[in-house]
Amino acid sequence: MSNLLKVSPSPHIHGNETTRKLMTGVIIALMPALFASVFYFGYGAIIVTATSVASCVLFEYLTGRFLLHRPATISDGSAVVTGLLLAFNVPSNLPVYIIIIGAFVSVVIAKMTFGGLGNNPFNPALVGRVFMLISFPVQMTTWPLAKGFATSYTDAVTGATPLAVLKEGLRNGEPVSGLISQIPTPAQMFMGNMGGSLGEVAALALILGLVYMLVRKIITWHIPVSVIGSIAIFTAILWLADNEKFADPLFHLLAGGVLLGAIFMATDYVTSPMNPKAMIIYGCGIGVITVIIRVWGAYPEGVSFAILIMNAFVPLMNTYIKPKRFGEVIKNG
Amino acid sequence: MKTFTKGGVHPPENKLTANCPIEYLSVPRSVTIPVSQHIGAPANIIVNKGDSVLTGQVIAESKGFVSAYIHSSVSGKVNKIDTVTDTSGYKQTAVFIDVEGDEWVETIDRSEEIVTESGLSGNEIVQRCLKSGIVGLGGATFPSHVKLTVPAGKKCNILIINGVECEPYLTSDHRLMLERGEEVLMGVSLLMKALGVEKSVVGIENNKKDAIEHISRLATGFKGISVYPLKVKYPQGAEKQLIKALINREVPSGKLPLDVNAVVHNVGTCFAVYEAVIKNKPLFERVVTITGHSVARPGNYMVRTGTPVMHLIEAAGGIPEDTGKIVSGGPMMGKAICSTEVPVVKGTSGIVLFPSGSSERNPSQPCIRCAKCVDACPLGLEPFLLMTLTEKELFERAEKERITDCMECGSCSFICPANRPLLDYIRLGKSTVIKMARERISKK
Repeated sequence: MSNLLKVSPSPHIHGNETTRKLMTGVIIALMPALFASVFYFGYGAIIVTATSVASCVLFEYLTGRFLLHRPATISDGSAVVTGLLLAFNVPSNLPVYIIIIGAFVSVVIAKMTFGGLGNNPFNPALVGRVFMLISFPVQMTTWPLAKGFATSYTDAVTGATPLAVLKEGLRNGEPVSGLISQIPTPAQMFMGNMGGSLGEVAALALILGLVYMLVRKIITWHIPVSVIGSIAIFTAILWLADNEKFADPLFHLLAGGVLLGAIFMATDYVTSPMNPKAMIIYGCGIGVITVIIRVWGAYPEGVSFAILIMNAFVPLMNTYIKPKRFGEVIKNG
Repeated sequence: MKTFTKGGVHPPENKLTANCPIEYLSVPRSVTIPVSQHIGAPANIIVNKGDSVLTGQVIAESKGFVSAYIHSSVSGKVNKIDTVTDTSGYKQTAVFIDVEGDEWVETIDRSEEIVTESGLSGNEIVQRCLKSGIVGLGGATFPSHVKLTVPAGKKCNILIINGVECEPYLTSDHRLMLERGEEVLMGVSLLMKALGVEKSVVGIENNKKDAIEHISRLATGFKGISVYPLKVKYPQGAEKQLIKALINREVPSGKLPLDVNAVVHNVGTCFAVYEAVIKNKPLFERVVTITGHSVARPGNYMVRTGTPVMHLIEAAGGIPEDTGKIVSGGPMMGKAICSTEVPVVKGTSGIVLFPSGSSERNPSQPCIRCAKCVDACPLGLEPFLLMTLTEKELFERAEKERITDCMECGSCSFICPANRPLLDYIRLGKSTVIKMARERISKK
């Protein structure tokens, strides 16, 4: 034994969790959806994902090393998560240069400018996605159809997403019942057999990821359940009011990015509230805004915008919505 | 199975000494008995250098209501009255006694016989606790007679007995319940009598199934005592959490258990009360767990107060080569000691030796706002926020965010994936806020 004893304040033991382990957990949870998208979209999915992850990690490294002059932070794994999520939010045939621009916006502008991991107010991957959507509207809305493993990258068969079909049809005055034949069945949508962003299509794979993250205690149930629940309730009310003008709740949950958003994007630690009560309000806010955009807005899909809007409220919610303190309510018996 | 509802963590239990029977540790050659082994005013020394003392003789008297008597744990001569570095790292006055033989004060009943009837009134029991220097042995060392004196206007209708021992590694209460169960329960009845309550519940965590079974069986022979197993979760041994778990009452912020008509005592204290009241034996020895993964012979020992920690470590096989840190108490709330000459005191529940590999913290990383600290806080506070407010010296805001509610259980620092020193900062902020509040009151 060395002659000197170490002293420090308690606690003298630490749990096993580290930032890196949590990020690795998220990456593992994203794997089923990645496999599903490679299965449906083929090489495109691999190329887009690899480019996205590599450029996010590289941009984080370069910014940290040459602009912020601080030790490398890429080993915490958060850049990999951002890269995966960015790729999951774009079509699988997106030109490589666009995805690199998106990665730059995500990591350098949305994350590192604010001070890196833990300090960014908005979800980096979503900032990148929305930037690309506005700057490259054509490429960002050209959806390859899920036709099994495609070996070509840019020449995939493209078509509209179920949400776009619905939006266009309703705008032309067609009833929902007339549009049903043009969109995949709920079972097909559940398995991911539809057009859409790379990572959002396979509901089953995303739910597997959710279960893993809940079991591994990476996230709590509050945000995913409140997002999904509020969308289900809101769309159910509309559907019951008029089922020729509004689609059913199951369609709304399975089509587009609701599950990807609720499970992986809205639960981003940094940009979501820090106590259960605020988490539920935040989740419901996302749900309600998503439905409003989908039903009455100009875009067929609104999950990204909804999450970014609610991100802006997070500091306010953390300040004014407090967890229930022990001993606050006197309850005897 | 019952437990508290809010927060909590599950540190690895590491109860290495659960099957080691209590052994009597040999009396050391000299002891150092500090005058402040309790919360409250330090006791007043009444012996001088050169005086001869007997085991169990009063050497320092209680000074004021919240204070406690201190007794000699050995027989011998007072060598000097000087300062000693205690567990906290601060110096305090202590009586140094050179041991000669082991002659006990005559009035102490040293027989093994278990007495189950006292015939004493509640007030007499409280007086004996006071004269015997009984303090809470769970760690807080609050003088027991104070907790047994219900102030006018308050009433107590239930006594809660803490057999939780939620700190990892420690097994002193566990062994005491197994080996001295009757005495413990007799102590419970004495406390019930002192408080004038008809009902008492004993809470024991479910990782001590043998103790639950043993105490439950014995409790059938006592009136009004029931035993509940509790789901293992740290910090269940904290007073407020235990009350919540057992009888679902929530002690309001800044209030005491008596405000919900309950009083909590530790099983170790119950044993000490039995010995003090029935056997006339003052509190000068207690069960201490000595443990650690590299310790040659970890175990549970009955140790005289004032015994240098080193004497106990030697009994366990000496200090292992790889030791980096020695903690007095459990790993979650215990204090790292800076010298092995620190004496065992009334509040010492265990000594844990950590290898140097696990003696240092990993570097702190940026907060990723995962809210695991909020989830873990048993008091519903927001540790990340309290740390930031302290860092930025926004103490008024910290006070509004109830920083003074923090009981320093360490769950937040334990769980933080970014290794942030949450509790270090909260302690600093809390003490500053308390100081500010005192100044405010004195100005008025």
